[in-house]
Parts: sequence; structure tokens; C-alpha cells
Amino acid sequence: MQLARVIGDVVATRKDEQLQGLVLLIVQPLTPAREPVGKPLVVADAMGAGVGEEVFFVRGREASFPFHPAEPPIDAGIVGIIDHWTVKC
Amino acid sequence: MLIARVIGNVVATKKHRTFEGAKLMLVQPLNLDDSARGAAFLAVDGVGAGVDEKVLIVLEGRAAGEALGKKAAPVDAAIIGIIDHVDHVENDRGTL
Repeated sequence: MQLARVIGDVVATRKDEQLQGLVLLIVQPLTPAREPVGKPLVVADAMGAGVGEEVFFVRGREASFPFHPAEPPIDAGIVGIIDHWTVKC
Repeated sequence: MLIARVIGNVVATKKHRTFEGAKLMLVQPLNLDDSARGAAFLAVDGVGAGVDEKVLIVLEGRAAGEALGKKAAPVDAAIIGIIDHVDHVENDRGTL
């Protein structure tokens, strides 16, 4: 899983049937020092996250598990909203 | 699998139910010479690792879910061992 900040959302009216009702957000992956790392990507949201929140997301087929029994064709999904983290430098 | 150091932990009240009771650790992947390799990420802890410990990480969904002991868990990385030591011969790339 990766740390990220929600920086936007995506609206698509015409999409795969299994994606109906899913919220799609744009996230910017972060380092533990809150610096952007890598490029932003689109993720499905299983937790009700909003723009500006710090979250963690999972990559791969497992991203669809929170939507069981539906199996939406997604490869990344938010699975937690972060309260805080601590890092030992 | 890869070698990493535990550098911190993450607290999240609102998370998928399969994460309840699981520890979420921040891990920094390492090269064989212990230098940082790529960006840090989150892994669920299946073995009780602590901050500063060198650990073995599995970076694949099905295996990570099994390490967590839960079916259909939306995870992609897990700590599956605490490393005592690593022996290796010289490798000019210094990577696994």
C-alpha cells in the first residue's frame, strides 16, 4: 500500500457496468515526509475519502475486494483514511 | 520478496474492515548495502515487527492476504519475517 493525498476526482458517465456507482478519485502518492513521489493516478474509493485527505491505497486485483461481490475492473483503490503516521528518521 | 527496514507506523481509524486489528507499518526497501531503494510504502505486519527492524516483505496481493490470515483482504504488501542477518557475495549492482 502507498501513502497518498487526494487531489481531485474523475467523472465518467459512460463506463464499464461494474464501475456504476463507484467514486473515482485522483491521488498523488507521498513519501513519509509528505513530498510527492511519482505521478498522480486514478483510484476507486471504498472509504468515502475527500479532496485534501491523506489516505492509503492498494494496487492490483485486490483493489476490487472491498466491492465484493461485484468485481469492478480496477487496479488501485483507497482502503483507508489516515489519522496520522510517525516515522523514525 | 525484498528486504526492507521498518521506519514507522500508520494510524487510520477509517479503514477497510479486514484491516481491523492489523498493524500497518511504513517500510523502506533496501539494497544489499542497506542503502534506500525506491520509495517507502505501507505493509501489514504479520509477525510483530518493530520500528528499526530489518524485515522480509512480500509484494503481491494473494500472498499478503494470506500473511494477514484473512480472505479477500485488499492488501498488496506484508511483512512476513524479521531478518537476523543477510549473507551475500559481492554484487556490482548492489541490488537484489
